[in-house]
Amino acid sequence: MDISFFTAAIVAGTPLVYAILGELITEKSGQLNLGVEGMMLIGAVIGFKVAIVTSNPYLSLLGAIFAGGIGALIYGILTISLRANQIVTGLALTIFGAGFASFTGQGLIGEAVPQNIKLFFENFQIPFLGDIPVIGPIFFNQGILVYMGYLSTIIAGLYLYRTQIGLNLRAVGENTAAADAAGVKVSFYKYIHVLIGGLLCGLSGAYLSLVYIPSWQDNITAGRGWIAVALVIFCKWNPFLVLCGAFLFGGLDIIGFRIQKYEFNISQYLIDLLPYVVTIIILILISARKSQLGAAPANLGATYFREEK
Amino acid sequence: MTMLRMASRTDCSDKEAAIIRISAILLAFLFAAFFIALLGHNPLSVYSSMIEGAFGTVYRIKETIIKAIPLIITSLGISLAFKLKFWNIGAEGQIMMGAIGATFCALTLKDVPPYILLPLMGAGSIICGGIWGAIPAFFRAKFKTNETIFTLMMNYISLKFLTYLQYGPWKDPEALGFPKIQGFAQNAILPTLFGIHIGWIISLILIVIMYSFINHTKIGYEINVVGESENTARYAGINVKAIIIYTIFLSGGLCGLAGMIEVSGVDKTLSVEITHGVGYTAIITSWLSSLRAPVIAIVCILFAALVQSGTFIQMAFQIPQSAAQILQGMILFFVLGSEFFIRYKLSYIRKKKVEEL
Amino acid sequence: MVNISKSFNNVEANKNITFCVNYGEIYALLGENGAGKSTLVNILSGVYRPDSGEIYVHGEKKRFGDPRDSINSGIGMIYQHFKLIENMTATENIILGQKLGHIINKKKLRKTIIDISEKYGFKVDPDKYIFDMSVGEKQNVEILKVLYRSADILILDEPTAVLTPQETEKLFKILLKMKEQGCAVILITHKLQEVMDISDRITILRNGEVVDTVQTSETNQKDLTAMMIGKSIDLSIERHPILEKEVILEIKNLCLVDRDGVKRLDNISFQVRSGEIFGIAGIAGSGQKELCESIQGLERRKKGQILFKGEDIARLTTREIFERGLRISFIPEDRLGMGLVPTMDIVDNVIMKDYYLQKGIFLDRQPARIRSEYIVKILNILTPGINYPVNRLSGGNIQKVLLGRELDSNPDFLITAYPTRGLDIGSSRRIYNELNRQKMKGIGILYVGEDLNVLLNLCDRIMVLSQGKVMGIVDASRMTNEKLGFMMLGGKE
Repeated sequence: MDISFFTAAIVAGTPLVYAILGELITEKSGQLNLGVEGMMLIGAVIGFKVAIVTSNPYLSLLGAIFAGGIGALIYGILTISLRANQIVTGLALTIFGAGFASFTGQGLIGEAVPQNIKLFFENFQIPFLGDIPVIGPIFFNQGILVYMGYLSTIIAGLYLYRTQIGLNLRAVGENTAAADAAGVKVSFYKYIHVLIGGLLCGLSGAYLSLVYIPSWQDNITAGRGWIAVALVIFCKWNPFLVLCGAFLFGGLDIIGFRIQKYEFNISQYLIDLLPYVVTIIILILISARKSQLGAAPANLGATYFREEK
Repeated sequence: MTMLRMASRTDCSDKEAAIIRISAILLAFLFAAFFIALLGHNPLSVYSSMIEGAFGTVYRIKETIIKAIPLIITSLGISLAFKLKFWNIGAEGQIMMGAIGATFCALTLKDVPPYILLPLMGAGSIICGGIWGAIPAFFRAKFKTNETIFTLMMNYISLKFLTYLQYGPWKDPEALGFPKIQGFAQNAILPTLFGIHIGWIISLILIVIMYSFINHTKIGYEINVVGESENTARYAGINVKAIIIYTIFLSGGLCGLAGMIEVSGVDKTLSVEITHGVGYTAIITSWLSSLRAPVIAIVCILFAALVQSGTFIQMAFQIPQSAAQILQGMILFFVLGSEFFIRYKLSYIRKKKVEEL
Repeated sequence: MVNISKSFNNVEANKNITFCVNYGEIYALLGENGAGKSTLVNILSGVYRPDSGEIYVHGEKKRFGDPRDSINSGIGMIYQHFKLIENMTATENIILGQKLGHIINKKKLRKTIIDISEKYGFKVDPDKYIFDMSVGEKQNVEILKVLYRSADILILDEPTAVLTPQETEKLFKILLKMKEQGCAVILITHKLQEVMDISDRITILRNGEVVDTVQTSETNQKDLTAMMIGKSIDLSIERHPILEKEVILEIKNLCLVDRDGVKRLDNISFQVRSGEIFGIAGIAGSGQKELCESIQGLERRKKGQILFKGEDIARLTTREIFERGLRISFIPEDRLGMGLVPTMDIVDNVIMKDYYLQKGIFLDRQPARIRSEYIVKILNILTPGINYPVNRLSGGNIQKVLLGRELDSNPDFLITAYPTRGLDIGSSRRIYNELNRQKMKGIGILYVGEDLNVLLNLCDRIMVLSQGKVMGIVDASRMTNEKLGFMMLGGKE
């Protein structure tokens, strides 16, 4: 293992950073959105399409974010206003997103991201921090979206635990009725944070199609959205742990590809199983843990209807 | 000026509910028509050629039924799990594992007569699919591990495993390096009746069995109790953990059987594309059928028609086949939204009237 | 001057209710369960929207479409079931929903909260988590939350329901202090004694309508009772002598440690005789639920002995107990969450206990249909038919379905947890009578209750639990409310 492995793990983990963060914020409001995969796909395809058409990195990112938000909006209308089952709605969003991405992406297969966009996302060293040995080249010689990922987790952490809005938000997820009685606009909070979740998932998708891959292929997310949902549990709903979870899985994601160099006698397809197997193991370990502290928001997945006793 | 009020209701009759759901599906088609028009096609002609594509000729009807068979069996399996409020979205993987189990029998027992081999393949597929479902069920029962993510991860694991088999140990040496698994010998292929492999008879029988299993057996009753309230089930002395594991084994087993029927009746070999996304579509169909076995048959035929016509309109209008998938998602969205009107009552109050009182 | 007047037409809950409250007074809304108190409270706090009617605060007309509107008008609401977030500290709960600044300044908040606490004379640790608090402390946080918003109209919904007499006394001191400070305090309750002790004026509600408004000094408990329930009936419950002396259930050194390693039951031993009603008293969460579930075979982690008719059943599952011919019926606290399947019809709920004794794999519903018809008839259950889902029945009828099924199996022993919770006085009386009838038949009954008066009147002996420990087993006829309350708080006899 060399430094380049860790650098690549960060790159592979960055889409997860955004997706986990998005789902985490969504779940803090008590909404369980299983449509992460779908929103990522919608974001990825729209981001890519805009990139091909306009060759403008800002517009591509905006397009992807907006598209993820639209997905989240559909989910929000159905589960918050129309009080549909959150699990099934999330699944529906994933199915819809997969169909939409493959529909829109039909003509894009084989196209490459325009050169100026590639340049825009190119790695650059952060002065001073980048000079630290080992840590510098791994963490501080990366692309703009990686840095934004670091920043987002810090902002999200401060937002959730140090501000009044964050407190209100956590209250909505923990005990919706109590937050409502205290005068928190429950539906408004839910909508806003489901939307923020969608925006981040869209961005995560854009990172995949514009930076990580960077060309179009069908089912570009390959289950990363679902891994993100699982990693929210792994991170104990704590934004400060998001980076650990994401980069750990970034590493697992690329290990199969990297290990080929060493001519192990194991099929690459079996090593590709690793992230999924590890996700399952983590799920089991967390659920088998005795203590319930650091657990999910208490009202996660519950539908709230005020006039119901 | 009017004010909107909402109150929960419990008085919605089955007939009313059915009308609301069907209207939602129609609305979804109407909504989709708008987008078809945006793409520059005439929605009416697209829809009519979709019907044409699914039911227009005897051949197309047969194709539609062939697509409906795995969908029906998988939906029956999924609905069993959903009855338990166990969100099994691992049907995709369970189908693959079932197909792998059946293929293993077919590839190793080449000289066995079909009347022995086919039941063996069926049993193999049920066991493999069942175990694939029972693993997450075990952890859900024991630790309450989140089954949604678990079953989904199992899908990816089986996909990678199947890829490994196809590119590795099971690669057909006679295929000149092309990664494909050997085609089945005649003894491993399902016989046909009226031009369609006998999977259609199997699915009809399964619908009847499933209906009476859920409504008229003791285990069916237990599944209902556990699904509605685990605490009450414990209170009544039902072994909740065992019910969860057995039921999901059955659920996965049915999905596995669907995989066997696909390899043996349709593809006559195994490949990574074996599922054709049936595992995901079946989630929609089970939900739309309110988990009722007879309704599942109807909904699945309609969805199979949708898929079949998707291939047709791709040729006729150059609309990508995935349009059918988008349409499926939209139907699900609309029906999900319509549930609101089944569970809640909306009424308008004239604000002026309120002030007067 | 506050002048809240409210009138609205709703078939069920409230009919044309009008009343007004002044600053500097403690005002009581008195009524039985189902009189419409809670609905009214929820309207005042903006949780429900009235169908019609008006609310005036400070003589100004208000429209409460949302809890925010109510809060902004200076109304502070203390709910019977606390609206607190277990996973947060007192401070976080207190500032929830506030608009003061965006960044939380912990130091400053701490000081403000302590200042307010001192002014009204209670002690709250701002950094303590709610799940670590006693019921009394939680209520203090609820009150602080309201005071922090400088509300001047306080509404307390059944504030003493979960408190011991000692905690109640403390609460009343705080309420009197608020009255001195010029707040308007509205107390909603069904407890006559409290109303007489603390309030200045009383409005009596019955069936969603105002019966009368009286000055506390000009009335007495008997008149109030008459107004509350329409006609004057004897509140005392008959207590029959125990006929048999045979011990049917004996518990020896029962211990239970839960999944998180918390001790729920600590060395519990007692005996219940046939034909005895054995009461269990204790503040909520003292181990009552765990005890009931241990006896019934649901709780598997216990240690110790449970001798039923001389046979140790501590290691047996619910079904094994049943299969040995030992009939223990259990009416759990949460009827729709445990005991009944809400979406199933009466037949499918009645069949639940013994369906598995049928032979073969198929389920024959015919015997259960006959039993359901019978239960519906003798308990006078109001339902359109036996194939009607139980969750569409009223609370009293749901309880009757459960009671009917449990008694229909001719039990030797009956465990009931809060069987009359949420029922009106008429239904409650019918349940008490039924329990007494079963007692006369020689059935041993374990009665877990919350209303101390009922416990004292109905039961023969009462065991007091506190934090999973037995505080004492006492003779109900020689006990008082205060003594029971003292023991519930952990005081030894």
